[in-house]
This record gives sequence, structure tokens and C-alpha cells, in this order.
Amino acid sequence: MLKETGVAEPRMIRSVFPDSRVLVKPKAIIECYEAIPCDPCETACPTGAIEVGADINARPVLDVDACTGCRRCVTACPGLAIFVVSIQEDKAVFTVPYEMLPLPEEGALVNVADRCGQPIGTGEVRKVRKHADRTASITFATDKGLLYEAVTVVVDDG
Amino acid sequence: MGTEEAVVIGAGPAGLFAAYELLLAGADVTLIDRAAQAGGQLVKQTHKFFGSKEHYASIRGIDIRHRLEHALEKNGDGRLRTLYSTTVAGFYADGALACVKAERYYRLHPEVVVVATGASERTVAFAGNDLPGVYAAGAVQTLMNEQGIRPGNRALMVGSGNIGLIVAYQLMQAGIQVERVVEAADEIGGYQVHASKLRRLGVPIETKTTIKRAFGTNQVEGAEIWRLDAKGEGIAGSEERLTVDTVCLAVGLSPLVELLSQLSVDTRFIPEFGGVAPVLDETYMTSRPGVFACGDVANVEEASTAMVEGRLAGIHAAGYLNRQIPRRKEKIQALETSLRTLRSGPASEHVRKGLRKVGEHA
Ligand SMILES: Cc1cc2nc3c(=O)[nH]c(=O)nc-3n(C[C@H](O)[C@H](O)[C@H](O)COP(=O)(O)OP(=O)(O)OC[C@H]3O[C@@H](n4cnc5c(N)ncnc54)[C@H](O)[C@@H]3O)c2cc1C
Ligand code: SF4
Ligand code: SF4
Repeated sequence: MLKETGVAEPRMIRSVFPDSRVLVKPKAIIECYEAIPCDPCETACPTGAIEVGADINARPVLDVDACTGCRRCVTACPGLAIFVVSIQEDKAVFTVPYEMLPLPEEGALVNVADRCGQPIGTGEVRKVRKHADRTASITFATDKGLLYEAVTVVVDDG
Repeated sequence: MGTEEAVVIGAGPAGLFAAYELLLAGADVTLIDRAAQAGGQLVKQTHKFFGSKEHYASIRGIDIRHRLEHALEKNGDGRLRTLYSTTVAGFYADGALACVKAERYYRLHPEVVVVATGASERTVAFAGNDLPGVYAAGAVQTLMNEQGIRPGNRALMVGSGNIGLIVAYQLMQAGIQVERVVEAADEIGGYQVHASKLRRLGVPIETKTTIKRAFGTNQVEGAEIWRLDAKGEGIAGSEERLTVDTVCLAVGLSPLVELLSQLSVDTRFIPEFGGVAPVLDETYMTSRPGVFACGDVANVEEASTAMVEGRLAGIHAAGYLNRQIPRRKEKIQALETSLRTLRSGPASEHVRKGLRKVGEHA
């Protein structure tokens, strides 16, 4: 149970993914499963693809067709609950929010971790973006098979 | 007649906004805080806030403080006096306030007072809870985020409400390994997104589990946790030892009502509000005319609601001073609607329950 573990079950994860054929283009995946009083994702989205609505407690709903994969919501969400993903050939390319130091180097090979923080494979860091408001975003490419499991990277601070 | 027109005690989000509205209404305001700067709990919040744009969502707590201070200066017109590093130590029956600054003691005689003193952190009883290395979560935040000091290297977090989850995340950001988050209840108390954020970093969260004892000679060297049965009793044999040098307690906050108690205003025990809280009328006035309360001291909740309550208390306090406010009614209505919206979700069920108890409409 999500409320006991803090980790979403596979069924819930699937429910927030569009059909994988849509993912030839980058799309936002919103893992905000609980009704909380929050809506910066809606405010941040330039295309109006995210709707929370008048009741700020409602869960955000994504209009997949309207989402351009611009990544704005990724760093605007205070819950770090949004990432952008696309499938490029045999790779799943993720852009995830990241607030730890050190940041990885572009081009580095890093471990990719699942929702429990367990390493499940490796990935190549393609882009590291620092933002004025201090949440960075990291774009990494990993095995396509990890589409529903990968959520972050593990950077050695050695 | 008092010597001060309006005194606001506490410069957290609630007090800052109460002062803001009083200034807008043309009153002279004295804003007092025992801390060296304004901001209250906001000073420690390096994370982004929830809520909506009008409540500064997605802006970090520390940045919200700067914006507020700026707004005060702009509208102050020389009518704002700030007394920081000043503690209000007494609130007398005649309405006088006893203030202490650097061992200097003086009295103020305000016409209206807005009490926005916030809340204090609770603790839990366990063997070894007096060892150095056992901290309240807020104290750990102060160390790390204000003073830049690392409290230790390996930590146990007790409590999985939003504060426990956020401070655990901040510990990880500061390079302190959080070995475990334990929660006595059968569900994680805070928002799912905060919990998921922490799990993603590999931090385990265990429900129905609590700390049994902390041990160490001169300082915490480890902690024992154990599982709880359905009655909340520790299960013998389920103990597990963790090697930690820091035990962080995030087991809730209680309204800081000491000053109000000195005045003997009516209070009530409302567990949903965090404990003993002042009884307020619909204008945020206590049973003592001219004394208002808002924010965590009235009901332990959120900065977003504290800001709105602060504005409402400020407007009503200005009304008590017979200060005219343009479009007062519309303003109050809009703020009350905003409060209701903030409190309308499942995450605020306890607040609504508390409000029903005190007879306000939720
Ligand atoms: C870790 C953590 C994370 C949080 N995250 C969020 C969030 O994401 N979103 C959100 O909306 N809320 C959040 N909150 C809650 C929010 O910070 C509080 O609800 C809010 O600060 C309450 O505002 P306040 O003005 O009532 O009290 P406070 O901010 O506590 O301010 C009270 C002030 O009064 C002063 N004071 C007290 N007694 C005296 C005295 N006798 N004399 C002089 N001064 C005195 C104190 O020094 C303090 O500055 C969080 C809280 C914590 C601890
Ligand atoms: S990625 Fe861009 S377009 Fe898509 S939902 Fe996020 S902000 Fe909107
Ligand atoms: S900003 Fe993030 S946490 Fe807030 S509603 Fe949107 S997805 Fe959820």
C-alpha cells in the first residue's frame, strides 16, 4: 500500500503512463497519487496540458496530446512527482528532477534506481540543467525495458 | 489608551501578514520576534512550498520570507517598528506586555495585540532521550539550514508526518544518511509525494514501528526500534538495533499558548489543532477583547493557512481600532473562501473536524 510504503505499485504506475507508442515524443508522467492542496504544475505548464481545476485538492490530470514535453513542470513541482520520458530506439530517455549534490557529469555512466532507490541498471547522463530556483533536472538514457521502473540516478560522491 | 496602537507578537507568516494588513489600514504597528530576523518557521524551509500561487506555492520558504519583508517595508510608511531579538515574556491582566531584549526589560501598553507565536515541538518518552544527539526536527533544521552545521553522520527519524519526511530529505541532502524513518501509526502521516521522494533515495519507512531507546555513553551511539501491536504496545523480540549518532524527533507540534494563558483567555483542548488552543470568535479574537490570535498558535496547520489567517486577524484587529478598510467585506469574504478551499481536501480532514468542534463552519 502506497500509504504504508511510499512506493507506488506497478498497477498505479501504469495508470499514469500513456500508451508507450505515444512516447515516441517526450511526455510528462505525473506521479501525484494523493489529493493534496497543491497546483504549481498546472500554473507552470505553458500549454495548459495539466489541469488541477478550481478545487486545489484535486489530483492533476494530464492531457497527453497537449503536452509538448517541455519539462517546465518537472522542476516546478514541489513534490518532485513529475518526470518527462520518451522512447528513442531501444532507450528510454528520462528527464527527472534532482536535488542532491554532487550533480553527475554530462556523459557519465551512472546507476539508475527504482522507486525504492535500488540500482536496477545503468544509464548515460545526457544533460544536466541547473535552474535559477535550485532544483536541477537530469536527462539520462537507459534500457527501454526499465520504462516503468527507473525514476532516478545514483551519483557516487566519492 | 495604550502607548502602542497595535503590537504583533511573532514575525512568522501569520504575524507578518497580520502586520501587513494593519499597516495597510493605516495603523502604527510594532512587530516583535525573539529571533534575530523575521520569518518564523519559514527561515528553516529550504524546500518548495505546496499550495497555490497566491500562497507562494513552489517558492521555497526562505524566499517567501524575503518577499514578505519587502512588502512590509513598502507599505510601512514609517509606521512599522520591528523589535527583533526581543522576547515577550509576560502578558499582564492590565493588557501590558513585558518584553526582554539582551537583558533589558521594558513594558508596552498596546491597544490591540495579535498573538502569532506559532507552535512548539513535542517530544516522546523513551530511555536515553536526554542523550546529546537526540534532537527535535526543528532544531535539526535550524542547525543545518540556518547555521550550516551537520548534526551527525547517520540518523534515525521518528515520525513520518510532513515535517519528519521533509527533514529526513534535508538530512539526506546535507549528506547525512537516514537509516530509517519510523512511524507509530499504520500509515505514513505526510504527503505521498514527500514519502516517495525519500524512498527513491533508498530511505526505508516503517509504519507500526517506534523507537524503544537510544543508547551511548556520552552521546547517541545507536538506537533500538521495535514494532507495535494493534494496541500500540511494543512487541517483545521485534527489537532492531541501528547504528546512528543522531535521533531526530518529528512527533508533532503544539500551539505555543503560554502568553495567552497568562492572560487567562479561554482555551480548549483540541487534539486536531495540536493540543490546547485559544477559543476564538469569527474575528480571530480571543475571549479577551482586543487580543487576537492566528496561525499555528491557534491551530497547528500550514504556512499557507497561517498567512490567510494572519491577514484576517490583521483586518479584524484594524476594525477593532476603528480603522477604515476599503472594500473590507469583500476582502474578508475572499480570504475566508481561500481558507475554505485550502482546507477542503482529505489532507485537511482533521482541521475541519477541529473547526466543527469549536463551532466554526468548515
Ligand atoms: C519542517 C517543516 C516543513 C513545513 N512545510 C510546509 C509547507 O510545505 N507548506 C506550508 O504551508 N507549511 C509548511 N510548514 C508549516 C509552517 O511552517 C507553519 O505552519 C507556519 O510557519 C506557521 O506560521 P506562524 O506564523 O503561525 O508561526 P511560526 O512560523 O512558528 O512563527 C512564530 C514566531 O513567533 C516567535 N515567537 C514565539 N514566541 C514568542 C515570544 N514569546 N516573544 C517573541 N516572539 C515569539 C517565534 O520566534 C517565531 O518567529 C512546515 C513546517 C515545518 C516545521
Ligand atoms: S512537460 Fe511541459 S507541456 Fe508537458 S505537462 Fe509539463 S509543462 Fe506541460
Ligand atoms: S505540483 Fe506536483 S505535488 Fe503539486 S499537485 Fe502538481 S504534481 Fe502534485
